[in-house]
Amino acid sequence: MNNIFTTELKKLYNVFTEMGNAVSDQIKQATESYVNHDKAAAQALVQQDQSINSNEVDLEKQALTLMTLQQPVADDFRNVITILKASSDLERIGDHATGIALETIRVKGLQRNDDVEAKIASLTKTIRGMLTEALTALQAINMEQAQTVAEQDQEVDAQFDEIRRTITAAIQDDPAVAEAGASYLMVTKLLERIGDRIVNLAEEMVYNQTGEIVELNQGRLHPNN
Amino acid sequence: MPAILQTKNVHLSYGSKEALHGINLDFDDHSITALIGPSGCGKSTFLRCLNRMNDLIANTTITGSFQFHGQDLYAPTTNLVELRKQIGMVFQQPNPFPFSVYENVTYGLKLAGHHERKFLDEQVERALKQAAVWDEVKDNLNKSAMSFSGGQQQRICIARLLAVQPDIILLDEPTSALDPISSAQIEETLITLKKDYCIIIVTHNLQQASRIADRTAFMLNGNLVEYDLTSKMFTQPAKQDTSDYLNGKFG
Repeated sequence: MNNIFTTELKKLYNVFTEMGNAVSDQIKQATESYVNHDKAAAQALVQQDQSINSNEVDLEKQALTLMTLQQPVADDFRNVITILKASSDLERIGDHATGIALETIRVKGLQRNDDVEAKIASLTKTIRGMLTEALTALQAINMEQAQTVAEQDQEVDAQFDEIRRTITAAIQDDPAVAEAGASYLMVTKLLERIGDRIVNLAEEMVYNQTGEIVELNQGRLHPNN
Repeated sequence: MPAILQTKNVHLSYGSKEALHGINLDFDDHSITALIGPSGCGKSTFLRCLNRMNDLIANTTITGSFQFHGQDLYAPTTNLVELRKQIGMVFQQPNPFPFSVYENVTYGLKLAGHHERKFLDEQVERALKQAAVWDEVKDNLNKSAMSFSGGQQQRICIARLLAVQPDIILLDEPTSALDPISSAQIEETLITLKKDYCIIIVTHNLQQASRIADRTAFMLNGNLVEYDLTSKMFTQPAKQDTSDYLNGKFG
């Protein structure tokens, strides 16, 4: 493929990487604002998401123009498709993080449960580790890391189940926690969905390298487990 | 930045048959413009008007305005040799003269009265480097240009044209007789050359137009249908005919 394509593709990858880092920060800050009851930080995050959304739109436009004008095939084609799909996943992860920030704004002042909040913080840590791993795998082209990401998602699912049980028990124990409990459940579910999106990134890495479209999400492969 | 070459209301007839029905096209310096359209649409005919190659065809009538650097291309006082030095053309079939590479590249310069060996040597090296073929021919400058591959011959022809330092380079399907690798090399060369020249290329290869051209003009049946930035035309053409042609529905 010609130099124009190579140069433009490199630019796309750079924008994508920046977007990945921004989204990772977004998850961290959203959850911090949630467990610290920091409404101001949450409001700032909601604003920030606009710029991530607009980055995603720019990236998509650039990728589509590159495909139309340069008509890449084989691995060059897969590279552009990978960025297109992965940026869409990143954008959705950003939306989920914003959902967590919105919950912060909504639930401020409710009776809280420290145990659940500590577990949510721990789940966030697992998820951010996964995202870092997935983004590194995409850049460094590492198939083993892609597999590791998929395995980490099972850990995320286990933590999700554990938090759900804790929330239910907390509500049974003290019905005054019910409203906060609903919010906890919402936030935990958003984090779990982020985990699924990160598995998508790993699947896109596999596609990029092999052209194979795979399902690495164990939860979807074995829904009854 | 004003266009280096402006054409207005260009009509061309072969005898009683009109082949161009009023074309208006302006060309920017330091850019590549592609002319596309099905066979017989008039794109090559139009290209050949730009350095008065159609003058050689009997019974041809050309009307309209051609302003090159603000001067009328078709003014009776225009010196054709001088004009074709400023607006050179590369053809579909590589057509090196049956001389050495060196003789080919210095041909125009010698015609212009340059005979100093040092100057000619410098110009040969510059032109062949600009045409991205220097490394492949530098050890065989005295070898016949005809003995090189098609792609190399075409780049030698480009170098021959560059030697006389033109302003505009016209190319009439310059890669249609070449294999994909040679075509890609010519495309790379053109992308590099556009920094210094105005390049106008007729091509049947739509991918080539999309890859290298800054602007693209789509012609159909002697009319200009659409002229726009290539990035715009290939993603959101304004006319249905353009979209149909780009999608291979006719032509």
